[in-house]
Amino acid sequence: MADLRITGLHKHFGNVHAVRGVDLQIADGEFTVLVGQSGCGKSTLLRAIAGLEDIDAGTIAIGGNVVNDDPPHRRDIAMVFQNYALYPYMTVFENIAFGLRARGTPGAEVQTKVQQTARLLAIDHLLARHPRQLSGGQLQRVAIGRAIVRDARLYLFDEPLSNLDAQLRDEMRGEIKRLHQELNKTMVYVTHDQIEAMTMADRIVLMRDGRVEQQGAPLDLYERPATRYVAGFLGSPPMNFIEATLSSRDGGVHLSDGSVLELPAARLQRVGDGHGDRAVVLGVRPEHISRAAVNGLRPGVVAHLAQINLVQPTGARTYATFGLGGTAVVAELQAHDVSQPGERVELAIDMNRAVLIDPSTERVIS
Amino acid sequence: MSAFHVRRRRVAVVWRTLAAIALTVFFLFPIYWLFMISFKTAEEIFAFPPRWWPSRLQFDNYAVLFKDGDATTVWNSLVIASASTVLAMVLGTLCAYSLARFRTGGEHLSNWIISQRMVPPIAVVFPIFLIYVLFGWVDTYLGLILLYTAFNLPYVIWMMRGYILDIPISLEEAARVDGCTRWQVLWKVVFPMARAGLFATAILTFVFAWNEFLFALVLTRTEVTTYTVQVTHYFGGQSGFWAKISAMSVLGTLPIFVVVAFMQRYLVRGISLGAVKG
Repeated sequence: MADLRITGLHKHFGNVHAVRGVDLQIADGEFTVLVGQSGCGKSTLLRAIAGLEDIDAGTIAIGGNVVNDDPPHRRDIAMVFQNYALYPYMTVFENIAFGLRARGTPGAEVQTKVQQTARLLAIDHLLARHPRQLSGGQLQRVAIGRAIVRDARLYLFDEPLSNLDAQLRDEMRGEIKRLHQELNKTMVYVTHDQIEAMTMADRIVLMRDGRVEQQGAPLDLYERPATRYVAGFLGSPPMNFIEATLSSRDGGVHLSDGSVLELPAARLQRVGDGHGDRAVVLGVRPEHISRAAVNGLRPGVVAHLAQINLVQPTGARTYATFGLGGTAVVAELQAHDVSQPGERVELAIDMNRAVLIDPSTERVIS
Repeated sequence: MSAFHVRRRRVAVVWRTLAAIALTVFFLFPIYWLFMISFKTAEEIFAFPPRWWPSRLQFDNYAVLFKDGDATTVWNSLVIASASTVLAMVLGTLCAYSLARFRTGGEHLSNWIISQRMVPPIAVVFPIFLIYVLFGWVDTYLGLILLYTAFNLPYVIWMMRGYILDIPISLEEAARVDGCTRWQVLWKVVFPMARAGLFATAILTFVFAWNEFLFALVLTRTEVTTYTVQVTHYFGGQSGFWAKISAMSVLGTLPIFVVVAFMQRYLVRGISLGAVKG
């Protein structure tokens, strides 16, 4: 096991600047998820760590040793690929044993380790089969087995669950997290799926256009996003963004339809002072809008009478869409809070947890 | 299904079977006839109406070839074809890997390489002869082995490049991460994955070298004459030349039969693999 330190990493593909000066420190034993949309550079960064892509500038150090010029086989890493990358002409046993044998592990030890790993992943009954005889989930387990069978310094996962169906993905997500808890090894996991990132990571590194947009613990990023991009990327359904004006006179967030949402005094002091009126984007998460309680509102929560346009029940919760400040806003309500479109309900918007974004810089100001 | 349909389907099967038998006989008959002539006496060969099979199996025609030393030309062909196939396969596969994975020479180098195969051999045979005279390579194993290797290389490179491009690159990357050097990746991943293609290409390369006539005729004299050239030596005045030609041809055909019989599985799969490559 080892820590990973990346400084000033750049990578070009022709004219495309895929990774633009990434700095990253991953502690020993940490489970870090690189997340972002397709083409944000996360997979390139992972492949650079593995040594499968040469880098144009910067350093990659594993366990304190700079490995920039080391080919993949000298970096002592293990990797799980998106398409499993199992050798079709080998049995499951041979596939898992491949890395051990390539590094000259004695036969008896290979036998023991492969058996142990197969038991850990519940695939010990499949060892004699070939990959073509396995299901998607089994293939993925074998691919993970091939990586974790070795005592590598660093474990890399390149979107390993993206080829699985939804149910299997949920199952494998839990499985990988359990493995990390049991093995306590340094793992770097790439995904475009924010739910995978939120549920699995000790730390999320959210990438955008080749740069790190924000990194931190999952709930940190969720609750305290630094930019509009981060706020919008994490969360499902995503955060609602409404263009508004923040008035320092009355401390209200004025929307284009004339409604005014009052900001708690403490928050107003941080952003409003001395600016007069300023344009802002108000960000409210769907779960921070609820049916207004009959017995009054908590401080910082404002009431809004809304006409519901769209009702989407999911079972446990119901998503209700209504217009606010000229924008369609989604509220995540209790299952029976609304029943049909056209209904007028009083909703409570929790302004304590709303974010204000500077539209010119797209940075969260409060 | 009605009785009428059942009968119609049966009739169709019968016709199809008959057509298949007729075609098989049509294509196999020359080979059958070649084998039969090689066992016949001179009288039987020229008998009219023709004898469909020899009255007794006699090997005199073969014995003559071995006694005169003509049979060694089959050995010469075997040495030259095998050595040039091995060389072309080793060099060609490495070149193909380089073209496929490192994009050596850019996008179009492989097209230039295969274009060399399109040069009519007759156009270059005399310049090559002059060069060989200069180097003292005429009538040597080395000369023909090098020449056949050079002629087969473009074909091997082209075919193997296609097979290698078909291998998912993540398999190689997985092997590199798992601890393999590039050479080990070739040995442990690329060769096993491209095995059918390797065998199919090797067989066709071997067959080309085995059947080559023009260069062998010009560049050999007495020491390394190949069997294809030797067969032509029998055309002439002597009455027994059909017997010798057929016996020699059988000797020259047998190794190909053996090679193809053993590797048929790979040959069929390898060729169809190449066929679906886009």
